[in-house]
Formats: sequence, C-alpha cells, structure tokens
Amino acid sequence: MADSDTTLAIHEPGLRHHFDDSAQQLDSSTLGMWVFLVTEVMFFGGMFGAYTVYRSMYPEAFASTSHFMNVTIGAINTGVLICSSFTMVLAVRSAQLGQKKALIVFLILTLLLGCVFLGLKYSEYHEKWVDHHIPGPGFQYQDPRYVHQAQILFFLYFAMTGMHAIHMIVGVGLLTTLIVMAARSRFSAAWYTPVEMIGLYWHFVDIVWIFLFPLLYLIGHTK
Amino acid sequence: MSHQVVSVKVYAAVFGALLALTITTVAVSKLELGEYNFIAAMTIAVIKATLVVMFFMDVRHATSMTKLFVGAGLFWMTILLVFVLSDYLSRGWIPGLLWL
Repeated sequence: MADSDTTLAIHEPGLRHHFDDSAQQLDSSTLGMWVFLVTEVMFFGGMFGAYTVYRSMYPEAFASTSHFMNVTIGAINTGVLICSSFTMVLAVRSAQLGQKKALIVFLILTLLLGCVFLGLKYSEYHEKWVDHHIPGPGFQYQDPRYVHQAQILFFLYFAMTGMHAIHMIVGVGLLTTLIVMAARSRFSAAWYTPVEMIGLYWHFVDIVWIFLFPLLYLIGHTK
Repeated sequence: MSHQVVSVKVYAAVFGALLALTITTVAVSKLELGEYNFIAAMTIAVIKATLVVMFFMDVRHATSMTKLFVGAGLFWMTILLVFVLSDYLSRGWIPGLLWL
C-alpha cells in the first residue's frame, strides 16, 4: 500500500497522465504546433501564389510600384522582427533554465519590439492613405500606363501585410498572456510548453515577413 | 525535459547572420542584375528562413516526425507554386491551339 502511494506521488510537474514522460509530452505539443504552422503556410501560400501569378503577368507594373514603397521603414521593420525573434529565443532559453526574471524581461522586450513593428507599419499605411495608394475608387497612380495593374500589387500589399499584421497583433496578445503567466510563476524548468509553442508561432510570423520584405519592397528597386 | 539548452553564442551568431543578410538583400537590390535580382533576393530569403527554422525554431533537434511534417508543408507549398506557374507560364506556347 505504502509502495503504490509513493509511485503515485512521483510525478513530474505539468505532466498529463496520458503521456509517458515530460519529454514525450513536449514532443507531442511541438508536433501539434507544427501541424498548425503548416496550415498557416498553406494559408499564406495562397496569397504568395496569387502574387506570383500577377507578377509574372505584369512585371513592369509591379516593378514600378517599388518607387512608392518605403524601403527604409521596411528594412528597419525587418531588423526589428529579427531582434524580436532573438529576444524570443532567449526567453525560451531562460524558461528552459528556470530563470523567471530573465524570462519576463525577454518576453517584455519581444512584446515591445512587436509593438514597434506595428507602429511603423501604421505609419506606412498612413503614407499609403495620403498618397491615394489604397485600392478602390480613390486609387491614384503616377504612371498612367499601370493604374489598374499597380492597383493589383497594392491590393496584394494590403492583403499580405494586413494578414501579417493581424498575426502580429495576435502574437502581442499571446505574449501578454505569457508575461502574466510567468509573473504568476506558472512556468518552471520542468514545464514551459506555452513559452516554447508561442515562440514557434512568433518565429513563423517573422519568416512570413522575411519573404514579404523583398517581394513587396525590392521588386524594381534599381529603377 | 529532453531538450538541450543551446548556448547564447549560437543564437547570437544566427542573429548576426540574419541582420547581415537583411543588409545584403537591400544592397543587392540596388544593383542592376536583371533577372538575377529576383533570384538573389529569394536565395537570401530562403537562407534566412532556413536559419530561423533550424536554429530559432530548433527543428535540427526536433523528432523525425516533426521534421517530416515540416518537410511535407514545404513540399505542398512547392506543388502549389510549381503547378500554378506551369499553367500560367505555358499559356500561348502552342499558337495554333487557342484553348491553351
């Protein structure tokens, strides 16, 4: 009797009963998260496919739009996202080592960098609004040859960066949740799965931007 | 936890490489290279994405099952782009056939 009681008592924190051990549990969570990320790849893939088709149809018109993209802000935002991925990976590392303070600091840094990205994105959207580059009845384009074709690019620009920005906003919400959980000491070196999973999500959103930046800002940069 | 803790040095090196590649992609875009501008930009983007997936997302230490799922995702993405382009790019290759 006493023996069986001790076996029940030996139980890793955060381990669900249907898993053999914490390692198996974390591997399952990682696989599940990747399945979700693959659906996200398919989701963004449709938009990248549409972009590829229209760019192959109207290469000159697409190249002409790069004149009106703010490459400086785009490049700074790429750097900001890479920095935020770096702080995120350091947050996961702190969680693995059970360093609560470092975990909270790195999560807050990631959150702030995410907000900087969204702020810069907002100023870019505002610029597009002022320049009448929002697709629709009010759309104006400086080169009369490409008015309709350039509008397709701006439509794709807002669809793709807009979906990316929505993912960033969701990420900011998830990071806030993580910071609250970390402050309440919910994580330990033995269980930090949410930190690692949201880390995967955050890096995925970074990768989407890694492709969006050259495709939308640097098409005909030379001209 | 089975996951081994990766040293900060490795992460810092990847971080440095990602920033350097971002500067490279902007610099290369200013050169007149014709079609190679696009090829260079995409090559750099793929290298950056691979660095993030392998090191930041730690796929190099993941289980074979996770690697298989990541590979399947990329494979399906390739099917999407290759099949769509094989249609659009080959239109009009045979002048006599109007339905092509």
